[in-house]
Amino acid sequence: MTKIDSKIPEGPLAEKWTNYKNHQNLVNPANKIKIDIIVVGTGLAGGAAAASLGEMGFNVKVFCIQDSPRRAHSIAAQGGINAAKNYPNDGDSVYRLFYDTVKGGDYRAREANVYRLAEVSNNIIDQCVAQGVPFAREYGGTLDNRSFGGALVSRTFYARGQTGQQLLLGAYSALSKEINKGSVELFTRREMLDLVKIDGKARGIIVRNLVTGKLERHSAHAVLVASGGYGNVFFLSTNAMTSNGGAAWRSYKRGAFFGNPSFVQIHPTCIPVHGDFQSKLTLMSESLRNDGRIWVPKKKEDAGKIQKGELRPTEIAEDDRDYYLERRYPAFGNLVPRDVASRAAKERCDAGFGVGTTGLAVYLDFKHAIGRLGKNVIEARYGNLFQMYEKIVDENPYETPMMIYPAIHYAMGGIWVDYELQTTVPGLFFGGEANFSDHGANRLGASALMQGLSDGYFVLPYTMQNYLADQITVPRYDINSKEFEQTEKDVQERIDKLISVKGDETVDSFHKRLGLIMWDNVGMARTKEGLEKAIKEISALRKEFYQRVKVPGDKSGMNVELEKALRVADFLELGELMARDALNRSESCGGHFREESKTPEGEALRDDENFTYVSAWEFKGNDVEPELHKEPLTYENIEVKQRNYKTA
Amino acid sequence: MDLKLKIWRQSGPDAKGEFKEYPIQDISKDSSFLEMMDVLNEQLVSKGEEPVAFDHDCREGICGMCSLFINGRPHGPDDAITTCQLHMRKFHDGETVTIEPWRAKPFPIIKDLMVDRSAFDEIIQAGGFVSVSTGGVPDANAIPIKKVNADLAMDAAACIGCGACVAACKNASAMLFVSAKVSQFALLPQGRVEAKERVEKMVAKMDDIGFGNCTNTYACEAECPKEISVANIARMNREFFAAKVS
Repeated sequence: MTKIDSKIPEGPLAEKWTNYKNHQNLVNPANKIKIDIIVVGTGLAGGAAAASLGEMGFNVKVFCIQDSPRRAHSIAAQGGINAAKNYPNDGDSVYRLFYDTVKGGDYRAREANVYRLAEVSNNIIDQCVAQGVPFAREYGGTLDNRSFGGALVSRTFYARGQTGQQLLLGAYSALSKEINKGSVELFTRREMLDLVKIDGKARGIIVRNLVTGKLERHSAHAVLVASGGYGNVFFLSTNAMTSNGGAAWRSYKRGAFFGNPSFVQIHPTCIPVHGDFQSKLTLMSESLRNDGRIWVPKKKEDAGKIQKGELRPTEIAEDDRDYYLERRYPAFGNLVPRDVASRAAKERCDAGFGVGTTGLAVYLDFKHAIGRLGKNVIEARYGNLFQMYEKIVDENPYETPMMIYPAIHYAMGGIWVDYELQTTVPGLFFGGEANFSDHGANRLGASALMQGLSDGYFVLPYTMQNYLADQITVPRYDINSKEFEQTEKDVQERIDKLISVKGDETVDSFHKRLGLIMWDNVGMARTKEGLEKAIKEISALRKEFYQRVKVPGDKSGMNVELEKALRVADFLELGELMARDALNRSESCGGHFREESKTPEGEALRDDENFTYVSAWEFKGNDVEPELHKEPLTYENIEVKQRNYKTA
Repeated sequence: MDLKLKIWRQSGPDAKGEFKEYPIQDISKDSSFLEMMDVLNEQLVSKGEEPVAFDHDCREGICGMCSLFINGRPHGPDDAITTCQLHMRKFHDGETVTIEPWRAKPFPIIKDLMVDRSAFDEIIQAGGFVSVSTGGVPDANAIPIKKVNADLAMDAAACIGCGACVAACKNASAMLFVSAKVSQFALLPQGRVEAKERVEKMVAKMDDIGFGNCTNTYACEAECPKEISVANIARMNREFFAAKVS
């Protein structure tokens, strides 16, 4: 336990962050240009941090895996961003946003971090508006808000169904301004393959240039990784194709603890799986639950006929529809948190009431909303989402209810960080989805954008400076030092090993097999037996991978198959750690649902006495069991309760 | 369905490229175009051949990374979508499908169907931003904005920077892309402060990189996956002239 110090500042909850800022160490403007900072990732957290650190005067090198920083996967977030502005005058406050986030996370997040998040949420909206982000507005010229799951107030700001895109382009414009000024240097089509430590501190990274295939060394006084989440361990997820867990996993193997790896979010409103060739799943924004009503047939024989194509959903009478979320959760109805909505969908489908050809889908119906508000209003609110649905499914959702099913979407788990977002490796910081963060065991809708930008604009620029204050006399690091030499050699060995297998099975094929093991055993419902089985199967699959994987081409030049093989190799280790973490946590909480631990109504049942802690796993060597450290969570400002979305 | 694919293969920026034909069988009409490309690449890898390089990432039509020129059209034979949203039901059994990269001098080919679009980043870096630093900004509601202007700004801001406008244009003009960003800021009070410098710098950079001129064919608007209007080009021209005479 002594290895973990969350460094939460003293004082009352509402004053902690102010106190921290009042007493933190600063770097003199003339000294900032002597300090180099590496930022990996250009999404909301990485892009915002790189821009802000550049503005402050630090020398920033920023890396992205795509061809441009504007393509980071934050861009795909649709619905909105939360803030405690209380513009609609419906009783919102910083405390209430904090409370809803801790409760939504099923009391497995750190109070002080979440309070800070709620506190700076308002600054984020101000910042983005000043940058020219075109948020939705009312006729009077003020900003408009909408509702999201897990809250009884309207606190979500949005830019049509493209809020993530607009916020990312805001951060990208700030970053572009700094690149133009020369304070930030941009490296595109680069993938971080390892972390370089000198005397125990993070001092650089090894990246692979995805175009030339060359390994490159980059040094700095501190390293920030904001490389997103690891949902693609399941193969099928809503993540982008290149989203991966490599930067986090390599940091873990260099000494950064991994926090709550089993906490992944399964999003209730995705387009259902339709075939073996499928490469990814598409999310339909949670904002649709503002106006859409979720249902399945009340009668099993109706569901059967729909599955066989003998009956259309529009032919089912109102009385024969089961609006199961409204039935089970009268207070929150269709706006229950994501974990609750996902499990409820699975429960109905497992019981035989699912629709679609596979029986693994439920309806999201806009008939009543269109009747009440008119098609024009629905089109203005969700037009792009309806169009996206129609292009994929080939059905018109204005006329036929949408079909949806839960899918892997977001990783609440990630690299363990303290209050300063610093990992257990000094000088290594993690931001955004890549850290284990503020969402506990379940993230509320419209909170990912809030956390990414909070970390990037308002937290990391301060906390990294605090770390760097005593580094001003440290000279720039030579990339020809033995540490860089050795780390690059390690990476080269990994690459050579994969290429030398010359087996008979493709990387994607292994990835799909891993995904199935994960979905069946480490997905929405987990059991002791299933998790133990998964650990064995993943370990066996990993061995097979190194005997049979086929990576054509060579290590020079572009080699997409090699890129994928390196990522899948990491997923084959990360997947096992996820299963291990899920096995250890025999309670249910948020998105982590253990069949052994539920209420008589089937809701997640926590075991606060034994599990009110963050799991922080320490790497102990290949094929050696990792060591579990526990960061106890204390709640001084919130009464810990069984989550209840039935009554307000 | 069975298809005959005619794909542009080019090993590097300076190599000579050529079309190669690949027959492909049993493609589901419900699969996406890129999933069909995945199937092809799986087959090529299994045979020990080099897979076809193409850009793609989010696969939900928003990151702007995918960029295929299919049967003579950027993003293929459907309107208002990106390549990743194109589905095989738009093709028929036995069809020959021609797949090329974006072709424009400012977008040099990296490999096969992959091009370098960093020219777009350079144009944004020249002035596609509001010069505010983090912190010290007014309350969000202190800047009231007419809904109609906010909506028009959002229409322009919806650009995903894919480059289909350039690929569609016979002059390889980037006017639609540049004007979308200029318009977004021109319509908002936050952007007015630097409006003059912005339009001058972005247009100068666009010309400097070597994008062609606009001759009003509107091919860009017709092929834009986000339906960005050519009205933005008119707005940028007004902004540009105003900047020059002020």
